[in-house]
Amino acid sequence: MTSIGTGYDLQNSVFSPDGRNFQVEYAVKAVENGGTCVGIRCKDGVVLAVEKIITSKLLKPGANKKIATVDRNVGIVSSGLIPDGRHFVSRARDEAASWRSTYKAPIPLAALAGRLGGYVQAYTLYSSVRPFGVTAIVGGWDSAGALGVDGQVGSGPSAGAGGKIPGAKAGGPALYMIEPSGSYWGYYGAATGKGRQTAKSELEKLGLASGNLSLEAGVKEAARIIYVAHEDSKDKEFELEMSWISSMDGPTKGRHQEVPKDMLEEAEKLAKTALEGEDEEETTAPEGETMEE
Amino acid sequence: MPIATGSLSEDGIHVDMNHLKTGEVNLGTSIMAITFSAGVILGADSRTTTGAYIANRVTDKLTQVHDTIWCCRSGSAADTQAVADIVHYHLGMYGITNEEAPTTQTAAALFQELCYDNKDQLSAGMIIAGYDPRHGGSVYSIPLGGSLHKQSYAIGGSGSTYIYGYCDSYWKEGMSEEEGVNFVKGALREAIKWDGSSGGVIRLVVLTNEGAIRHLYLPDQDYKGPGKG
Repeated sequence: MTSIGTGYDLQNSVFSPDGRNFQVEYAVKAVENGGTCVGIRCKDGVVLAVEKIITSKLLKPGANKKIATVDRNVGIVSSGLIPDGRHFVSRARDEAASWRSTYKAPIPLAALAGRLGGYVQAYTLYSSVRPFGVTAIVGGWDSAGALGVDGQVGSGPSAGAGGKIPGAKAGGPALYMIEPSGSYWGYYGAATGKGRQTAKSELEKLGLASGNLSLEAGVKEAARIIYVAHEDSKDKEFELEMSWISSMDGPTKGRHQEVPKDMLEEAEKLAKTALEGEDEEETTAPEGETMEE
Repeated sequence: MPIATGSLSEDGIHVDMNHLKTGEVNLGTSIMAITFSAGVILGADSRTTTGAYIANRVTDKLTQVHDTIWCCRSGSAADTQAVADIVHYHLGMYGITNEEAPTTQTAAALFQELCYDNKDQLSAGMIIAGYDPRHGGSVYSIPLGGSLHKQSYAIGGSGSTYIYGYCDSYWKEGMSEEEGVNFVKGALREAIKWDGSSGGVIRLVVLTNEGAIRHLYLPDQDYKGPGKG
């Protein structure tokens, strides 16, 4: 960066003459070195996946979760500074709870993403704080059916509801990504962290916009993409963590949950064989040499 | 000390009929809302009293809080207007910030929160009725303590005591608009006939996918007209 030494990067909220906020750009750098995160919006749910680099052999496998549940139907995964990610999740939980206490219903993903974007953006405005060192992927399912008011006793009258328009579109899967600047966009597939470029080009191949990918297939694709994106830092060991959210009639019943162990293992196995297949196609292995890791 | 509206002593139950402040305007009322095949119908009489004096004989107790979410107000006129105003504001903000119209249950949740949290200060019995494409027509009742009840139809106010039998006999699920209008009108006629604190004209609001349509029925036309408009 040519601007180093000009002094415009020493304080938050200060613009450089060409209209940049360097502190925000440095925060993006922090994210770019984080573990790869992927989110896929499938036709009947959302998958979140993250590559957790194992930094010490003393860490307990399966502990130290990186994907957090915010409300029953919302999950967040983030790349970058882990404590910043935790604070971000904590704020998301507060927003979800505050929405529930006002409206007695779960927060729509669009509203949650908007509030979180606003919160992150506020950290680019003041010299007393620094921007968030995370890019977060927020995934969830907005209920498509008729939910009762929170705390409602019984299901209400079975009849009534006259004039309901069949097929009136409501709810469905939602996926957002929030950056250190506070900007956020809705995505079919989102990727952040070290392997984001590889992951993004893999996501583009899935043709997600057509809305044909099923949740089960999405889980396998997410695992595969994390494995592919890890190829560039092969020397480091990693652990795959995945969660999913389906519709009310799907496998998670509208809740954000960890992908079941057997399904995760199956997806990992497929990911590994897919990688091996790729290697055979691309590299002509020299004779007499067995590949070892 | 909280305001007691009733007490049980040795010589029987005493109901404090004067829990309102002297001079406070009361909606000694007949209100109701029903679901029907295409949405909901709200109905109310039009009498407002201060004690025995009729302060307004053509009151509008059907209050709009969003495009197709309305409420029927009973109890203190001042309290229910204040509550409806607050909910009106919240639903307006909701519609703008979320780029999606609020549902009837969102409105009901807001009303309930206000009525429950301020139950010691308020004398408000509300019926919330609305139409949204996702849930169709729905009716919620919030009686004095601030509880919330989802119902096929709801009746409220002092006049409602006289029409429990009428409503139970004549109620049908999934009525047509004409049947629904006649049901509400018939019930309110009885309430007005028997309840001294209810009277005046009958106002209705019909809420469907088409929007909100007001009806008016006058006593000097035997509650037959002028009708829609």
